[in-house]
Amino acid sequence: MATDAKGWDRNQMAARAAQELEDGMYVNLGIGIPTLVSNYIPEGVQVTLQSENGMLGMGPFPYEGEEDPDLINAGKQTITELPHSAYFDSAQSFAMIRGGKIAMAILGAMEVAENGDLANWMIPGKLVKGMGGAMDLVAGVRRVVVVMDHTNKAGESKVLRECTLPLTGKGVVDRIISNLGVLDVVPGGLKIVQLADGVTEADLRAATEATIVD
Amino acid sequence: MKKVYDDADAALDGLLRDGMSIAAGGFGLCGIPELLIASIHRSGVRDLTIASNNCGVDGFGLGILLDSKQIRKMQSSYVGENAEFMRQFLSGELELEFNPQGTLAERMRAGGAGIPGFYTKTGVGTVIADGKEVKTFDGEDYILERGIVTDLAIVKAWKADETGNLVFRKTARNFNVPAATCGRVCVVEVEEIVPAGSLDPDGIHLPGIYVHRIIQGRHEKRIEQRTVRKRADQNTAPAAQGEEA
Repeated sequence: MATDAKGWDRNQMAARAAQELEDGMYVNLGIGIPTLVSNYIPEGVQVTLQSENGMLGMGPFPYEGEEDPDLINAGKQTITELPHSAYFDSAQSFAMIRGGKIAMAILGAMEVAENGDLANWMIPGKLVKGMGGAMDLVAGVRRVVVVMDHTNKAGESKVLRECTLPLTGKGVVDRIISNLGVLDVVPGGLKIVQLADGVTEADLRAATEATIVD
Repeated sequence: MKKVYDDADAALDGLLRDGMSIAAGGFGLCGIPELLIASIHRSGVRDLTIASNNCGVDGFGLGILLDSKQIRKMQSSYVGENAEFMRQFLSGELELEFNPQGTLAERMRAGGAGIPGFYTKTGVGTVIADGKEVKTFDGEDYILERGIVTDLAIVKAWKADETGNLVFRKTARNFNVPAATCGRVCVVEVEEIVPAGSLDPDGIHLPGIYVHRIIQGRHEKRIEQRTVRKRADQNTAPAAQGEEA
């Protein structure tokens, strides 16, 4: 399961993010690594997944031949319902998001800054597809956990003093789970909560442009 | 008052004009008013401003109105599924106003509820806040967003009775409810029109007061991302997305 590189792979990051879940939580999972979190929900913990297109209680993908065009998730994939599922319209869906009823969102990120600023929707000069529900989620959900690679392909830190990309939300991130470890956004910067397997504090500091406080 | 019309062309007769604004229901291709969109396409009406979460795909849904260059401006949250959209946007033929998804839904809801504007935390400190009033409540900043009222709303529901009471099905409800309420006139296409009295009054998702014209028709209901699990997997780990403990 472990690769030659130090730190966590995608599945290990998702498994670590799943440890954030508590029994009875209503949770929204973003696209990418966050979707893998549902594979690692701890034993005895029951969470209800919200799909912002209008559903609580998202079920697994349907069996072949049982796809229903009227039943999709926010990624437009066919899904199924569960015994406790509920449907509602988009205005109500975002009323529960904006109203702070959703306990946690686990989302991907392009950049996070030490003050909790998040950028994950737009790279200027590239094709802009839109923010979808991301700005509403980070502004409204009670706790925002970001799951991301600590550095980009060029090895540059994505955990920054200030974001360079257009923001999705200002001061919205509570916790970062990266391939190198777990950091919390606290007054004055980021605080190291946990180091990933085989990663030293020096490794983490070297890969982090943001201020790390003790 | 008769609300039931024979087909989409009849239901839209007299309602379409160049330069008008339209709110459309649907999320992706789920719950889109595909018959009314096709009729608007046939009508040739142009310079439309359309409030809709997405803009269909190439060749289906609102995408067909792009191909015929009938849309002047979109108010949307996500338009990533459509190559022709990007081409027209990048060449300057098409105007685009990005709205956070919840802000777009609430703008429609507010417009339909007689609320000209509302304050929201969504988008504070981002480009979405540019040019908008910021107001502080209890120490937190909010931005002013305007309610949307459109000339026409086009909506897809599952069932209607003859008086326009609507029932939606699963996640096909989505933007159809807020879109229906914000149109000065609302035209609805359904899979089945039933006699008044056959829908449970306690189970109506949108009361007929919002609905002016109704048609029944056959829907293609195209699937955008067909994702499935194998039957052999039924005792194994949950699917990669959307599974619960």
